[in-house]
Amino acid sequence: MNADLIIALPEITLLTLACLVLLVDAFSKDPLHLLTYWTTQASLLAVLTLVLYYFPDNAQIAFNGSFVSDSMSAILKAFMCGITFVVFLYSHEYLKEHKSLKGEYFVLGLFAVLGMMIMASAYSLLSVYLGLELLSLSLYAMVAMQRDSKTAPEAAMKYFVLGAIASGMLLYGISMIYGLTGSLDLLTIAERINVDDTNHMYLVYGMIFLIIGIAFKLGAAPFHMWVPDVYQGAPTSVTLFISTAPKLAAFAMAMRVLVDGLMPLVSDWQSILMILAVLSMATGNIIAIAQTNMKRMLAYSTIAHVGFLFLGLIAGTTSGFSGSMFYIISYALMSMGAFGMIILLGRNGFEADMLDDFKGLSERSPWFAFVMLCIMFSMAGVPPFLGFWSKWFVLKELVASGFVELAAIAVLFSIIGAYYYLRIIKLMYFDKPDSMTAIKSSKQMRFVLSVNGIAILALGLAPNVLMSLCLVALAG
Amino acid sequence: MITLPEVLSLAALLFCISVAGIFLNRKNVIILLMCIELMLLSVNMNFIAFSHFLGDIHGQIFVFFILTVAAAEAAIGLAILVVMFRSKESINVDDLDSMKG
Repeated sequence: MNADLIIALPEITLLTLACLVLLVDAFSKDPLHLLTYWTTQASLLAVLTLVLYYFPDNAQIAFNGSFVSDSMSAILKAFMCGITFVVFLYSHEYLKEHKSLKGEYFVLGLFAVLGMMIMASAYSLLSVYLGLELLSLSLYAMVAMQRDSKTAPEAAMKYFVLGAIASGMLLYGISMIYGLTGSLDLLTIAERINVDDTNHMYLVYGMIFLIIGIAFKLGAAPFHMWVPDVYQGAPTSVTLFISTAPKLAAFAMAMRVLVDGLMPLVSDWQSILMILAVLSMATGNIIAIAQTNMKRMLAYSTIAHVGFLFLGLIAGTTSGFSGSMFYIISYALMSMGAFGMIILLGRNGFEADMLDDFKGLSERSPWFAFVMLCIMFSMAGVPPFLGFWSKWFVLKELVASGFVELAAIAVLFSIIGAYYYLRIIKLMYFDKPDSMTAIKSSKQMRFVLSVNGIAILALGLAPNVLMSLCLVALAG
Repeated sequence: MITLPEVLSLAALLFCISVAGIFLNRKNVIILLMCIELMLLSVNMNFIAFSHFLGDIHGQIFVFFILTVAAAEAAIGLAILVVMFRSKESINVDDLDSMKG
């Protein structure tokens, strides 16, 4: 068989299976869409197996240099599939409970995963763009799926318009870089800039547009306007999805474009990312304090976390990049748990998305209060939870690269940020519950959410497991 | 003979008009969609100009992809617009304000 096809086998399989799921759903009459759901989950597992089976020993380039399979892309893809698997499990629960179960949710989700995988493997600006659009277009549709909701269509419209502006900016940047280097291939771009840097100013001009595009997609301030509205307005199942796996893809995109393609301009993008990082940490952490809606609060917390993610990129070293990768993977795990908790507490027609819904959780369910405690401590960065180590690795690399002031600012903002995470713990343990309604949800949901919480604690006790993976990913 | 800087200036001008249109327009969401389309087309012009003056075909291939994606994007945008009109009975940009904070 053609060697190129083997390298892209996980993507090709996923595309085929996604089409199959679409067909299965079209002919299914089951209101619970169980067959669709299980085929979706089986597809994800199949793709995960393929990714691990064809784990590349060194970077393999396919399709005339527009597609690459290296250890970073393979590890990120494995996490994307795994995280999406759990996300779909939570979502199925949510959609069933809220009577808005539609097969399209899973089909669109699979196409979004395909887009993410292409982004992780993109080695030319064209494949970066196509992967990004496949992801974004699926997400816009997913946000708008709850048609009778008051907020979802509005959130979808805002997401769509701002996302389209971001794509436009990104494309303008791509066109400038293409014009100045005469190539779309990331490696060739890096080579040509190294050889001939006479157009430095214009290259930076194009790069700024590229960075704006990336910052929009990650939700970094000052391009964060869509994040709170989309997180709050979208159905929780979709918010859960948006806040987990696509973040890994956005990280991969930043790595491919900035590190693989524009490494010769490192000192320029470092200073731009520095501004974005400080602004994101400031806006995210400070505005989150004023929120009463849990989903909106977590949205601002995402913005703050993205600021931290940039810190690892700013360090500009391989260990800094693996610190960032560690950060984004652990963020995805924590965010999955946090939104999973909102889904767990919700009931038919009732969204537990206000902070007050978490009041006195320790009396209603001591175990899930503990799970939430793990997640919140981890997000705040309290040792020995996973979130502490992610902050620690990033800051360590930042200081090692000589950005001591920036690290100090980051620590200051994460202390401010700790306030609103600890407030949830105070609500859960020291306040009286408004109602003593028992938590009713399926056994599998309870089990997976518990594993999710324990994983955050366990990985925090042995951070080297995940860190060594991230080091392998960036090594070659 | 048209030179590269001339085409690039025109594309940049169109790009600025579209961005200004998005941020100044307070009336109609359909105008937003038109501005987005204009934005993508101005980028296409950039690509074609570079492609022509560099003598490299890749830029023109990119344009085909952008056109296809733009069509898909417009389809989804209009579908969201219809859903939004059903729930709000308005396509006014100012009415997109039910979430704050």
